[in-house]
Formats: sequence, structure tokens, C-alpha cells
Amino acid sequence: MAELNILEAIRIAMDEELERDPNVMVLGEDVGRKGGVFGATEGLWAKYGGKRVLDTPLTEAMIAGAAAGAAIYGLRPIAEMQFADFSYPAFNQIVSEISRMRYRSNNAFGLPMVIRMPYGGGVHGALYHSQSNEAYFTSTVGLKVVAPGTPADAKGLLKAAVRDPDPVMFFEHKKTYRLFKAEVPDGDTVVPIGVADVARPGKHLSIFCYGYMRFCALEAAETLAREDGVEAEVVDLRTLRPLDTETVLASVAKTGKALVVHEANRFGGFGAEVAAIIAEQAFEHLDGPVTRLAGPDVPGVPFHHSLEDWFMLNPAKIVEAARGLVAY
Amino acid sequence: MSAMANTKVAELGHKALGLTDADVLAMYRQMLLARAVDERMWLMQRAGKIAFIISGQGHEAAQIATTWPMRPNQDWLAPYYRSIASAITFGMSPEDIVTAHLAKGDDVSSGGRQMPGHYGAARYNIVSLSSPVGTQVLHAVGIAMGAWVKGEDVVALTSFGEGTSNQGEIHEAMNFAGVHKLPVIFVCENNGYAISVPLDQQVGGLSVAARAQGYGFPGVTVDGTDPLACYAAAREAHDRATRGEGPTLIEAVVHRLTSHSSDDDQRRYRDPAEVEDLKQHDPIPLFASRLAAVGLLTTELEEQYRAEVKAEINEASKRAEARPEPDVATAERWVYAEEGG
Ligand SMILES: Cc1ncc(C[n+]2csc(CCOP(=O)(O)OP(=O)(O)O)c2C)c(N)n1
Ligand SMILES: [Mg+2]
Repeated sequence: MAELNILEAIRIAMDEELERDPNVMVLGEDVGRKGGVFGATEGLWAKYGGKRVLDTPLTEAMIAGAAAGAAIYGLRPIAEMQFADFSYPAFNQIVSEISRMRYRSNNAFGLPMVIRMPYGGGVHGALYHSQSNEAYFTSTVGLKVVAPGTPADAKGLLKAAVRDPDPVMFFEHKKTYRLFKAEVPDGDTVVPIGVADVARPGKHLSIFCYGYMRFCALEAAETLAREDGVEAEVVDLRTLRPLDTETVLASVAKTGKALVVHEANRFGGFGAEVAAIIAEQAFEHLDGPVTRLAGPDVPGVPFHHSLEDWFMLNPAKIVEAARGLVAY
Repeated sequence: MSAMANTKVAELGHKALGLTDADVLAMYRQMLLARAVDERMWLMQRAGKIAFIISGQGHEAAQIATTWPMRPNQDWLAPYYRSIASAITFGMSPEDIVTAHLAKGDDVSSGGRQMPGHYGAARYNIVSLSSPVGTQVLHAVGIAMGAWVKGEDVVALTSFGEGTSNQGEIHEAMNFAGVHKLPVIFVCENNGYAISVPLDQQVGGLSVAARAQGYGFPGVTVDGTDPLACYAAAREAHDRATRGEGPTLIEAVVHRLTSHSSDDDQRRYRDPAEVEDLKQHDPIPLFASRLAAVGLLTTELEEQYRAEVKAEINEASKRAEARPEPDVATAERWVYAEEGG
């Protein structure tokens, strides 16, 4: 066991996968000599050389599309979008090509590839370095979408993503990169895609979350226990697609109340899908309205710190929403 | 420089370009001003007042000279994040720029909503800039298309880096502008790096200007530390545009004197000797010694300019700092048009 932060865990996962499988490669902007703008690939260029850890031109369509071509050829590329906000030039490749390749070729071509993207706000990144745009990708059939919230999950899920036969969008909340350290199992521990994690068991309400919101929800749960005697069950979805519906429904069956939390804006966000599944499949267990707590419906996180604070979710906002739901 | 002031050497050559002595001195003074604002904002960043800086240092000659032919309140600028000096030519004041970097509530670019370096102001015909690189280039083409459709005399200038020049949208923009001979000037400020990735890993063929041939308009490479060379190219480009002869691509070879941004440390990927050598390519002392050599810039004038510029930025930052913070109650406004707004 080692104490790592999420950034270190991600780097070690890539290092171990590059070491394990000569078909694995990393490509993206500044991932080589510089080691990535966040340092996620630090040291890998020196260790594996400039072909397997490839600095690309500043062109996301090329990064995604060439990764797809390489995957067709038999490689297992880990492509990096420098920020999730800059994935849109690659959107055509991801949505038209990468997600549909297996289906349209009647299983002749599959794309074992990963697209890593730092996402999320709270880092003074404003409208274009803060986006939580997972819903575009969760609504695209054919992609898997993963969003870890702990170092162990980051490492284990990234390994699973690299080995997965299908394309995986790997969302890394940039505010969590260095937020905390936690135990990470040494060596080749894979965390399966499609399995949620009950981060904290409880009985009065369920809080569904992922990424940075896991951290916030756990803090909120502490406060609720201490100040209200409310035991919140925190369910970290970890994989958004395929969603672990079973764990979600089991939690609602236990608590009768569901609070779905995400930083992305509310309208049409991923939480709408979770809420709909609960409403459809756990109706008889519900003891209150399925409730969403999400980022406000503005086109991005505004820059000034007071505006950013207004936008961002935090433990206090989760506590408030949970209190409202518990009191229902 | 003072030693050189007495030794009149070769002609500056500005008169042949239609520039007066006063013009070239004004260009030089504006370079000093852009640099002073830029340097002041780094200090404010270090003092914790500004969250982030992305700098125009090293690009000033290219920016001032390529924007110099542009007509105020008539022509348009679709800038990029290093366009501090271009924004000044178009009318943004040091106070406007510092106010935007401090994200104050009445900042002309975004009312505190955007990060530093996201230039824009409707009142100066500067299009609001986002962060995904290269998106502004199509906006300049669209403005030029608008003028072409309406038969109006407008030129749009847009600037971007050589890394950005590889984005697909740049190809789409240039091709379309070439097809219809739109009045647009593409200025690629080639500083040799896109964050850490050098030109030879970025541009196959190593020349951005050479691509223009394929789009059917001229592409020229100029020394971006030489304001007169940049001006000559921009003057010609502007004339071509207004004569209806279509776009020009100017590749100005410049040097990024700072790290990519305040979040970057270029010593991690640039050779120390190269970083050391950057000072030799600073366009400000380079132009100063040429102006001095022909007797235009005296030591007294240089001192006067520096004093004026310093007073200007002192005043500008004092006033910018006193401006109001954004009002959180307005955070949900302007997602859509408002009734009566
Ligand atoms: C579409 C997109 N991808 C990535 C980035 C991150 N990024 C910001 S600036 C930059 C490098 C730009 O290099 P260049 O175009 O040469 O301009 P320079 O900064 O050197 O002036 C990168 C990769 C971005 N802003 N937008
Ligand atoms: Mg560059």
C-alpha cells in the first residue's frame, strides 16, 4: 500500500500499463517532454521514449482520430485532451467514429482506447477550463464513461479502461488531483468498470455522486451525522456508463430518499438519467421526491472568485439539500 | 544606446512605407506601454491580485505593426490571448486591460466572467475571445464575409499562434476566405513553441505562410521583432483587402520571452542557452537602437517615454483596483437576451 494523490495514481497506472503491454501508448499535447500541463505523464517520455509517449500538434481531432486508427491497428492508445473543455474539436471523431465503430462494422472493428480528460471547476479556470461536460458523452451510446473520486479508483479504473475492448472516456476532476492522499493497493489491482462504490453506508437518504462530489458528499455526510443525527449513504457511481443500476436501486430501497449531486449544470445533466431510473424502478421505495443538486444553468463557471463560489457545489450546499429532503 | 545615438547609420526606411518620424516614435512608445502593462500585471500576479497571466512579451513589435494600418471604429480584431499590444492599438486602454485582469464587475471584456488574457470589447471592434484556440479565426472570416455581403469597406484582422495554425478550423477559415477573396488578414505569431511543443513537432514543412499558396492568396514570413517589416506586410495586406483582392497570411516570427503562462516553467523543456539568448530577441531594445541610430530616439526622449508610460500604468492600475467587484446577483444574467436589454 502506498499513500498517493489522484494525480500520482493516474501516472502510476499509465506507467504500469506502458510497462506491461508494448501496445499501450500515450499521446496528446505537452504529454512528452513537459510531462503534461498537470504533470500526469511526468517521467514517462524519458522512460518510454517519444514514440510511445508522443507530443502531438495542437489538434484534438487528430489526437482522437489517430488514436482510433491506432486502436484499429492493434494498439491501445491513451489519448489526452488537455482539458475536457478542449475536446470539442475531437467531438466529431468521438461521436461519429469512436462510439459507433463497433456497431457499424458489425463487430469487425472495436476500439480499445482511452480518452483522458481533466474536467471540473473550482480552480479559477473560468468558462473554458472548468467544464463538466460528461453528459455529452454519457448520452453517446457506444462510449463508456468513468469518473473516479479516489486515488485507488483512479488507478484501478484507468487500468481497467486501458484493458477494456471498447472506448472509455476517463474524466479526472482536476480539483481532486492533489486534494488528498489515500491508500492505493500496490501492483496490478484493477477496479472493474460498471461497479459503483458505497463510500459510506447510511439509512436516512442516499447521496449519489462521482468525482470531486464524492469528497464533498462524504464531508456533508459527516456534518449531517454530527449535527442532525442523519445517516446519509454516499454512493460513488464511479462509472457513469454503464451505470451500476443495481447498487443505485438497492440504496434507494434501503433509504427511501435519493439526492443526486453533480457539478455539471442541472438541465439535461447526468443526474436526470439517474433520477429517471430511480423514479421508474424504485418508485415504491421512495419516501420523497428524487432531488437533484447540480451546477447552475449558466454556460460555464464565471471567473471572479465570488462568481465561481456561487457556481461551485460544496459540502455546505449538499448538507442544505439533504436537510430539505430528509425533512420532506 | 546613448553611444549609438550620435552615430547615424543606415536609413530606417520608414518614410518609404509612408510612415513619419512621429509614427515610428508612436509605435515605439506603444511597444513600451504594452510591455509596461504586461510587466505590471506579472507583479500583480505575484502579489496575489491577479490569478493568472499569459503574456505578450516578445510579440509587441509584430502586434503593434500589424495592427497599425487598421482603421479605428471601422476595422475589426479577432485577437488571441497574447494580443495585449494589438488590443491597445484597437483602443483598449491600460486601465481596461488591468481591470479585465482583475476581473472587476465593469470590465469591458467580460464583467469579470473570463480569465485574464481574454481580450474583447464591443466598443473597440474587438471580438470577445474564448479559450479553445483558433476559434476566433473563423469569426474574423465571418466579419469579413459580412462586409463583403453588404459591400462595406471593412477589414478584419485575426491573430493566433503557430501551434494553433494546425487546428482544422484554421484550414476551414483560410479556404473559405480564399474562395471568396474576403477582406481578412491572418496574422500567425510564430514564437516557435506551443506551450512545450516546438515548431518541428508541430508544423510539417516548418512554414505556416507557405500554406497560403494552397488557399490562393499570398503568405509572407516576416521578422516579428522588426516593426517596419511587419508594418510593410500589414500595409500591403490591408491595401489588398480594401481593393477586393482578398486575404493575406502574415507569419511573424517572434520569440516568447516568458514561460507560456504563469502556470508554466519553460526551463523544464527549453534549453538553458536558448532561454538565456531570448534577451537578444527582445523587440523593444532592438527597435530602440535602430531609432537611436538614425537619431530619432534620444536618451532624453527615451527617458521621457519611460516616465510617461510608468505614470500611465501607475494611474491605470490604481483606478482599475478601485473599480467594483462583480455583483453575484448578476451571475445568471445574459445567458439569453433580456426584455428591454
Ligand atoms: C483547442 C485547445 N486545445 C488546447 C488548448 C490549451 N492550450 C492553450 S495555449 C496552447 C498552446 C498554443 O500555442 P500557439 O498556438 O503556438 O500559441 P502561443 O501560446 O505560442 O502564442 C495550448 C495547447 C486550448 N486552449 N485550446
Ligand atoms: Mg507558439
